[in-house]
Amino acid sequence: MNFDIAEFMPALPEIFVLTMACIVLLVDVCLDQERRVITYVMSQATLVGAALLTVALHTGGRTVVFSGTFVSDPMGDVLKVFIYLVSAMALLYSRQYLIDRQLFKGEYFLLALFAVLGMMVLVSAHSLLTIYLGLELMSLSLYAMVAVDRDNEIATEAAMKYFVLGALASGMLLYGMSMIYGVTATLNLAEVASYNAGILGNEIVMIFGLAFVMVGLAFKLGAVPFHMWVPDVYHGAPTTVTLFIGTAPKIAAFAMLMRLLVEGLGGFYVQWHDMLVVLAVLSIVAGNVIAIAQTNIKRMLAYSTIAHVGFMLLGVLTGSEGGYAAAMFYIIVYALMAAGAFGMVVLLSRAGYEADRIEDFKGLNDRSPWYAFMMLILMLATAGVPPFLGFWAKLSVLQAVVEAGMLWLAVVAVLFSVVGAFYYLRIVKLMYFDKADDHTPITAGIDMRVTLSANGLAILGLGLFPGALMALCASALL
Amino acid sequence: MISLSHFLVLGAILFSIAMAGIFLNRKNVIILLMAIELLLLAVNMNFVAFSHYHGDTAGQVFVFFILTVAAAEAAIGLAILIVLFRNRRTINVDHLDSLKG
Repeated sequence: MNFDIAEFMPALPEIFVLTMACIVLLVDVCLDQERRVITYVMSQATLVGAALLTVALHTGGRTVVFSGTFVSDPMGDVLKVFIYLVSAMALLYSRQYLIDRQLFKGEYFLLALFAVLGMMVLVSAHSLLTIYLGLELMSLSLYAMVAVDRDNEIATEAAMKYFVLGALASGMLLYGMSMIYGVTATLNLAEVASYNAGILGNEIVMIFGLAFVMVGLAFKLGAVPFHMWVPDVYHGAPTTVTLFIGTAPKIAAFAMLMRLLVEGLGGFYVQWHDMLVVLAVLSIVAGNVIAIAQTNIKRMLAYSTIAHVGFMLLGVLTGSEGGYAAAMFYIIVYALMAAGAFGMVVLLSRAGYEADRIEDFKGLNDRSPWYAFMMLILMLATAGVPPFLGFWAKLSVLQAVVEAGMLWLAVVAVLFSVVGAFYYLRIVKLMYFDKADDHTPITAGIDMRVTLSANGLAILGLGLFPGALMALCASALL
Repeated sequence: MISLSHFLVLGAILFSIAMAGIFLNRKNVIILLMAIELLLLAVNMNFVAFSHYHGDTAGQVFVFFILTVAAAEAAIGLAILIVLFRNRRTINVDHLDSLKG
């Protein structure tokens, strides 16, 4: 590669976030606890700056730099902007929660910034090596974030489980990558894609590698039967960390799926299509059914995540442009809805009290009609009730599946979405028809109130006019 | 003469030992960390073997990155382990059951 400026331009947002993370690290060391808010403001400014850079550098074209290891394309740009958005929301929702629990420290924000950097590298990866590095930078930061409340027993246990299963998944992914490298003799995704699997023996090794890569991917996405860590980590981690893990990394994982399967192993569509069918059906069925039995809302939302990941996989397995766009639309919509739902759990929590049982939502309408209404929007949207945003996401995925001629898959997905609607509606029932046990007024900063309301209203507003976001996703994949 | 397949078989054996170590071990979390390291080393063996076979250096470069990441991963794993031990006074895998996943 030649070291000229043009080579570095597409990676400018990544370079910016890395530089800022280092600056925040240095500044944070010099701050005393009263002025810790400066770290928070700088972290948010980093995300805003990265978003501005990404938009400014957006060309609509596709540029591959750094000897074919890094790609900047419209899909990456759109996904990155949404990663910044939900990460900024996650940090904003965290502020008061962390202060209440004496966790308002620089490490939290730094780890979040490095995790975002990892996601950006993952989204822009164009080689097996960059995929691995981005994935590990993201995962290692997330493991540490789960354990950030270090005196909390279940949080550390969750961190340990997350770490062991995450490392296992990385190992599987790497083993698969080594097989793919062994056949194609290249790490570059474009060259992997153009490899002609003519020789019979090689094709088998390639499929072997694909199977391992798929296991690694399914672990990271949390698809059944590789979902064991999801409920435990969501339950054990501090709620704001759960919020972060449940939103932005899912967008990055979608990008990883697209880069590896569609761009790199597109020639093996027939093989990975079948694997994705199994993962998607199991995820939708198990996620929706097990969620009904949960009493902890974070666990319930974890199983709901599993079901949503299954839905997203349905879009990808169609193998059509429309399907990919629908899956991308779905995962972005899911991230926005999950940010709002976990944001509500954070809102109801206060020092020494985690509102993480489903009963904690009892009588929310008496305590605060406005937030009950927000939660109503979020729950109905997640269940897929029109006219909220979640409905359009499900509809576009189902449309793509039906167009691809897999009617039975669409039927299964719809049936289990109906099953899933039960546990979302149970929360609505608790909020509106039950008496509250707890009459403590809801206290939250103005920033949290405004953002959470905007989040809820965006789900409603974008649900009424979904065209723009859908068109954005469709154009990003062309 | 040692051929490519010998290295691949060695890699596969190491990988299987690591897998067995993760799934069969019910005693000690440190053994889990060791098994994870072994898993990554098995992958390294594959990469180096393929890299030499193809005469392509990219695989060996990948190995350097894996080694570095494995070191970072071990650091984080041990840090979490210490925090866990401080809270629980045990690192027995069977006792990590307060979250019923």
